[in-house]
Amino acid sequence: MIFLWAFIVGGLICVVGQLMMDGLKLTPAHTMATLVVVGAVLDGLGLYERLIDFAGAGATVPITSFGNQLVHGALAEADRTGLIGVITGIFQITSAGISAAIIFSFLAALVFKPKG
Amino acid sequence: MYISKQSFRYESEPCIVSSGVVVGPTEAKGPLKDHFDKMYDDLWINEDSFEKAQKKLMEEACTETLTKANITPEDVAFLFGGDLINQITGTSFASRTLGIPFFGLFGACSTSMEALSLAAMVVEQGAPYVLAGTASHYAAIEKQFRYPIEYGSQRPPTAQRTVTAGGAALVAPTGSNIHVTKSTIGKVIDNGIKDPFNMGAAMAPAAVDTILTHFKDFQTSEEDYDLILTGDLGQVGRSIALEWFRQKGVTLPEGKFQDCGLMIYDDEPEAMAGASGTGCSAAVVFSKILHEMQQGKYKKILVCATGALLSPLTFQQKESIPCIAHAVVIERKGA
Amino acid sequence: MSQENGDQMEKEAYQKVASRIEPKRPMLMNCVKAFFVGGFICVIGQCISTFYMHFFHFNEATVGAPTVATLIFISVLLTGFGVYDKFSQFSGAGTAVPVTGFANSMASTAIEYKTEGFVLGVGGNMFKLAGSVIVFGTVAAFIIGIIYTIATGQWGAM
Repeated sequence: MIFLWAFIVGGLICVVGQLMMDGLKLTPAHTMATLVVVGAVLDGLGLYERLIDFAGAGATVPITSFGNQLVHGALAEADRTGLIGVITGIFQITSAGISAAIIFSFLAALVFKPKG
Repeated sequence: MYISKQSFRYESEPCIVSSGVVVGPTEAKGPLKDHFDKMYDDLWINEDSFEKAQKKLMEEACTETLTKANITPEDVAFLFGGDLINQITGTSFASRTLGIPFFGLFGACSTSMEALSLAAMVVEQGAPYVLAGTASHYAAIEKQFRYPIEYGSQRPPTAQRTVTAGGAALVAPTGSNIHVTKSTIGKVIDNGIKDPFNMGAAMAPAAVDTILTHFKDFQTSEEDYDLILTGDLGQVGRSIALEWFRQKGVTLPEGKFQDCGLMIYDDEPEAMAGASGTGCSAAVVFSKILHEMQQGKYKKILVCATGALLSPLTFQQKESIPCIAHAVVIERKGA
Repeated sequence: MSQENGDQMEKEAYQKVASRIEPKRPMLMNCVKAFFVGGFICVIGQCISTFYMHFFHFNEATVGAPTVATLIFISVLLTGFGVYDKFSQFSGAGTAVPVTGFANSMASTAIEYKTEGFVLGVGGNMFKLAGSVIVFGTVAAFIIGIIYTIATGQWGAM
C-alpha cells in the first residue's frame, strides 16, 4: 500500500512543481527554492513527518523533503542544546544528500564530457 | 550612397564572390546537408572545448570561402564578424588565426547581415576583398545564455535551438553576378517581451520595423522581391510578424516571407519553434540561398537578420528584451 | 499625445498580438506526464528503501540517507551518459522535483564547466543552479528554528 501512496503523493508534489513552472512561469531554480521553503514550513508546523509516515518515499524523494530535513535537524539539536543547536543541527540529517551529490558530481566531472 | 536616415544604396554594386558554410552534426542531418561545404559528426569539432569548437567553425567557414575564390588571407583587406560568446572571443580568436584586419561586431543573431552590409560599404570605398562571417555553437551558447546542456529543463514550445554553424561570404568589387545593392540598418526595438524562451516574439517587431523602413526609404514594396527572408524568427516569430505586418497595413504573401530558422532542421525534437543563433542566417543565406540565386530561382531578395540584444544579466534584472534587425538586398544581375 | 504614450500603446497592442499567436504551454499534458514520471521515481525510491530495510538492517528512521544517496548516484550516472536531459523534455517537473533533479543540476554544471578547470570550473560552478535550493532551505530552517526556540523557551546554555 505504501507503494501506491508513494506514487500518488510523489506524483502530486511534481504536479505542483509543474504548475509553478508552466502556470506562474517560474524558472526551475525559483520553483525548487520555493518547494524547499514549503517543505521547511510544513515541517515547522509538524505536518511533514505525518506525510512521510503515510507516503514513505513519496514524501522523502521530492525536494520538499530537503526543507523538511533541514528543519528537522535544526529543531532536534535545538531541543538538545538550545539556540546554538539551530545552527549546528541544520545539516545533520541532509548531510547524506548534499555530500553524495557533491562527491558523485565531482567524480562525474572527472569521467564524463558533456554529450550534447 | 547614403539614402535616408537608415538606408544605403551601393552604387558600385559589390559582388559576393564566394561563400562557405561549416556545420555540426545535427545540422548535417537536416534538409540543407547538400548545400554545406563541410560537416562534422562530432559536436566538439575535434576540439577540447565548445568555445574552441565555435572558433574553428568560424575559421573554417572563412578558409572554405577563400579557397573557393582562390585567394589567401593576405589578399583580404578586412574581416567583419561577431558571435554570441562573451566579448565575441569566438570571432576574434578566429581572426588571430586568419591574420586578417578585423572589425569585431555584436548584433547577436543579426550580425551576419550587419557584417555583410559593412563589407559592401568598405568595398565601395575601394577595398579589394572583404570577408563577412559569423558562427554559433549550440553547446557554447546554451551554456552562455541558458543552462548546462546536460541539465534537465523542459523547454516551452516557443523555444528555439541554437545552430552549430559558421558561415562566411567574400565581397569584392567584381567577380560574380550576385550583387549586394542596398541595405537598411535597424533601430533597437523593444516591445516589452521578457520571456527569454520566446525570442521569436521579442524579435518580430524589429524585423517588421526594419522591413517597413526599407520599403519606405526606397519607395518599394514586397512585390519588388522574390523572397523576403528573416534570420531566426522561428515558427512563432514568423506568425507574429505576419500579423504585425497586417496591423501596419501591409499584407505579405505567406510563401514569399520565409525564415532561415525554419530551414535548417526538419524533425529535430529539440528545435521546438525553429533554429536560432548568429550562425543561423549565415548558414542558410551563404549556402542554400546563394546557390539558388545562382541557379536562377531568385533574382532579387531581401534578407533581414534579427538579433535579440539581451544577456543573462539583463534577464535576471527583469529587463525586457531589446531587439534589432538589419536588411540587405542581394540581386542577381545579367545572365 | 506624447511620444511616450504612443510607444506604450504600441507595446500593449503588440503584446496582445504576440500572446494571441504564441503557442501555449501544454500545461494539462505536462502535469499528467510530471505526475506519472515523478510518482514512478518515488516508487523506485520506495523500492530502494524496502530493499535496504530488508537486507541491510536499516529502519524507517535511518533508511532515508542511503536511499537518497542511491538515487543521487543513479541520477549523476544518467547525467554523465547524457540521458537525463533527454527525459526531462518529456517529464518536466517529474524529473526536476525529485532529489534526482537536484543531483542532475549539480552534475550537469560540474561536467559542463570541466573545460574551465577543476578548481574554478567544477568547484566554482557546481552550485550555480543547486545553490539557491540550499541557501533558501537553510535560511528557512534557521528562521523556523529561531521561532521554535522562542516558542518553547529552550534557550540552552547562554
